[in-house]
Amino acid sequence: MTFISNLINGISLGSVYAIIALGYTMVYGIAKMLNFAHGDVIMVGAYISYCVTAYLGLPPIVSILAAMVVCTILGMGIERFAYKPLRKAGSLAVLITAIGVSYLLQNVALLIWGSNPKSFASVISFSSIALFNGGLIITAESIVTVIACIVIMIGLTVFTKKSKIGKGMRAVSEDKDAAELMGINVNVTISVTFAIGSALAAIAGVLLCSAYPTLQPTTGAMPGIKAFTAAVFGGIGSIPGAMVGGILLGIIEIFSKSYISTALSDAIVFAVLIIVLLVKPTGILGKKIMEKV
Amino acid sequence: MCQMAENKDRMVPLPSKSIVPERDVDKTPILETHHLGIDFGGLTAVDELSIAVGRTEIAGLIGPNGAGKTTVFNLLTNVYAPTRGTIMLDGKSTARKTTDQVNRMGIARTFQNIRLFGKMSVLDNVKVGLHNSINQPLVSSITRLFGYSSSEKKARDEAMELLAFFKMEDMANKEAGSLPYGAQRRLEIARALATHPGIILLDEPAAGMNPSETSELMENIRRIRDNFSIAVMLIEHDMNLVMNICEGICVLDHGRVIAKGSPEEIKSNPKVIEAYLGKKKEANRDE
Amino acid sequence: MNKLKNLSKYAATNIKCYGMVIVAFAVLYPMLQAGLISNKVSGLLIPICAYIVMAISLNLAVGFLGELSLGHAGFMSVGAFSGVITIACLNDGMPAPVKLLIAIIVGGILAGILGLVIGIPVIRLRGDYLAIVTLAFGEIIKNIINCLYIGIDDAGLHFSMKSANDLNLAGGKMILNGPQGAVGIEKISTFLAGVLLVVFALFVVLNLVNSKTGRAVTAIRDNRIAAESVGINITKYKLTAFIVSAVIAGMAGALYAMNFSTIAAKKFDFNTSILILVFVVLGGMGNIPGTIIATTLLYILPEMLRQFSDFRMLIYAVVLIAVMLATNNARLKDLRARVSAKLKTHKGLNAESGGKGDVSNG
Repeated sequence: MTFISNLINGISLGSVYAIIALGYTMVYGIAKMLNFAHGDVIMVGAYISYCVTAYLGLPPIVSILAAMVVCTILGMGIERFAYKPLRKAGSLAVLITAIGVSYLLQNVALLIWGSNPKSFASVISFSSIALFNGGLIITAESIVTVIACIVIMIGLTVFTKKSKIGKGMRAVSEDKDAAELMGINVNVTISVTFAIGSALAAIAGVLLCSAYPTLQPTTGAMPGIKAFTAAVFGGIGSIPGAMVGGILLGIIEIFSKSYISTALSDAIVFAVLIIVLLVKPTGILGKKIMEKV
Repeated sequence: MCQMAENKDRMVPLPSKSIVPERDVDKTPILETHHLGIDFGGLTAVDELSIAVGRTEIAGLIGPNGAGKTTVFNLLTNVYAPTRGTIMLDGKSTARKTTDQVNRMGIARTFQNIRLFGKMSVLDNVKVGLHNSINQPLVSSITRLFGYSSSEKKARDEAMELLAFFKMEDMANKEAGSLPYGAQRRLEIARALATHPGIILLDEPAAGMNPSETSELMENIRRIRDNFSIAVMLIEHDMNLVMNICEGICVLDHGRVIAKGSPEEIKSNPKVIEAYLGKKKEANRDE
Repeated sequence: MNKLKNLSKYAATNIKCYGMVIVAFAVLYPMLQAGLISNKVSGLLIPICAYIVMAISLNLAVGFLGELSLGHAGFMSVGAFSGVITIACLNDGMPAPVKLLIAIIVGGILAGILGLVIGIPVIRLRGDYLAIVTLAFGEIIKNIINCLYIGIDDAGLHFSMKSANDLNLAGGKMILNGPQGAVGIEKISTFLAGVLLVVFALFVVLNLVNSKTGRAVTAIRDNRIAAESVGINITKYKLTAFIVSAVIAGMAGALYAMNFSTIAAKKFDFNTSILILVFVVLGGMGNIPGTIIATTLLYILPEMLRQFSDFRMLIYAVVLIAVMLATNNARLKDLRARVSAKLKTHKGLNAESGGKGDVSNG
């Protein structure tokens, strides 16, 4: 029974990682950059949701929408003012700027909300489900998270396959210059990518803090790194890869916490990542790139 | 087609024929391939390639675009591992060797799209080529003792000699990426020669060159063979160049050898003409 | 003439690097001895030296080898804790500088061994994948050290992965206490030792990049396929550069740790790796003098901003972004290129002998 409950917890945590990883992987696929500030957008989303419910007393669904709107604007703003001017610069310059943005978000949050952790009230109102006479309890958060993850996954896949902007995104990720020559507006495409990624980050932030209810300015950092790992794990640039990577990472983390050692769980997660990359150097679902000589 | 090229008025007089008389060319093979082939997925890019290049021969590898010429070079240098067949260099198989090992065994090459170390100086580019003939362990690299100066001086002298061979001494300290196109091509050849190869593979050395540069290149290729006593194998689309300096030519079409022989034999080979110009009937129909 | 010009470029970098360090030392050391420097500032000197060494080490991996390492603090960590364990094992009667030297050497060697162990699998990966694996190794090292309990008594060293009680120490003392990190460290690092280590790191890296090995490493960075085609063993040279970089980082870690009485593994986390990377990128990839300046300024900046307390990291973040945007602004770049071109022609007219200096990227 504990095995199943661990598995469910793992899938649930993994779903959060997957939603965050989608943001990383889409931005990487299209703008070819590692957006290190992505983790902190999660934190901002969680704070907005917290404020809307705690201070304004509005219902949770409104708080989620508010968080998504704010994060979308934030994400597009970051792209416009910090990353866009660097589009022709080296990838390291962009990386450092992203780190700067990450520090900036954390410290602005520190100024506004202080360093004391806020206790985040879960946005999910219905109660847990008890099965087998209470032998197996599935929390409402787990269920909602997993469902949210599946819906997002399907939605994104349909969006990139069918919609005009989605097709544009795929074209830009394949070859930016060629896409531009075919009349695709690269600036708009990149902007939309950041918008989607950031809106997803807001959802992830709310779900994460519903399950693990301490909220402070550094809340987004570690999940951010892990989700980034998950994206690489699954094959960066690939949407299903982010999903698979995120969920596997979540399961590995929960299992190593309960069966091996809590203190070493992060080490085990990263060790598995290394082994996967050594066996399959471009991640589980990553494409192998042949170099032309 | 080849005849056409012969008859065309030339803007620049061609250099004289090789100064080495035909009989002096050492035709005992330095490089041999037997039934060499490679598949990419289901596509056979090269198949049944059996060729031999003499010890001091200048050999040409020609064929229409997409015939698999560069793939052959990539096979010879083990950038791609062959699916079938063997490559023998000086009687030794190069199977399961890495590209750098193959170079140390004696094959050097240039690239169709120039691959220089753009941010390094011209001199340093050649010194990188001399890498394996410089005796300088890590300890002397770091401490600048234990024979550092003598090894660096030796490398420098030899690099300058090679640059002088291509009349590039005065560019030694320029950044390689800033050189004009023709000089970059020469530098790439100099760097390849610095590895002391037994055979050098030149991938379209005359591409993008004007007629006077091309004739200088032809002269240089002959001088390389005569001075260093090595074999040269080149891929080239410029038929003037190929027919004038190659002693043996191999024609490739759709990954297969369709003709082998001396320039005269190749010129009159109907299969070659067909590969380049298409079948007579089709040509007529087009008109 | 050509020879002179070529030599002078290398010499110019050397003179700049060693010159800066020697001048800084010559000014600061007498002031330090005379007690003219406040405790607050003097406390920064050794960490700055350690971070300069770290930045030089990372510049070898990122600037010259061209591989993004996001776990460099891991090597620093290994150097730090192995150094701490080493001095705890050494005889008390030994003079402090000798102890420090041994600790730094042991720290360097162990970090180097780790560099080899990590390097063999990692070096085969490329680009972002290599970056993420180095990040992962850095986190693993931090995690493992967080779980380590080490103590010493008359019977020798005791290890445990569970708790301090498991060590069964008979008297003796704790060296490493799990998440609390190393405790009761002898503070034997000195500014002089720091400066000497910086000079050592400069000596190794500057010589290395201007040698056969350095040329091979740079060639691999510039064009891997071409480097392979001229017979360079890619794995061997990447690994060499990576290990040298790890050894230097380990030495910096030992120096750093011996400046504090307690130090925890979380000091060497991902953020520290990133901090060092920021020094390197702002100083200029492959630009050693720039790295030294950037490290010093960026390390001092947050300390100077202490009076703004809550705002200091905010200002730091804004400065970081602003600098990156300004240095990569096409219009500004153009302007700078024109100015430096003008300066150069001026110089050329005035003095023929003037060698070409490196244009700093920072």
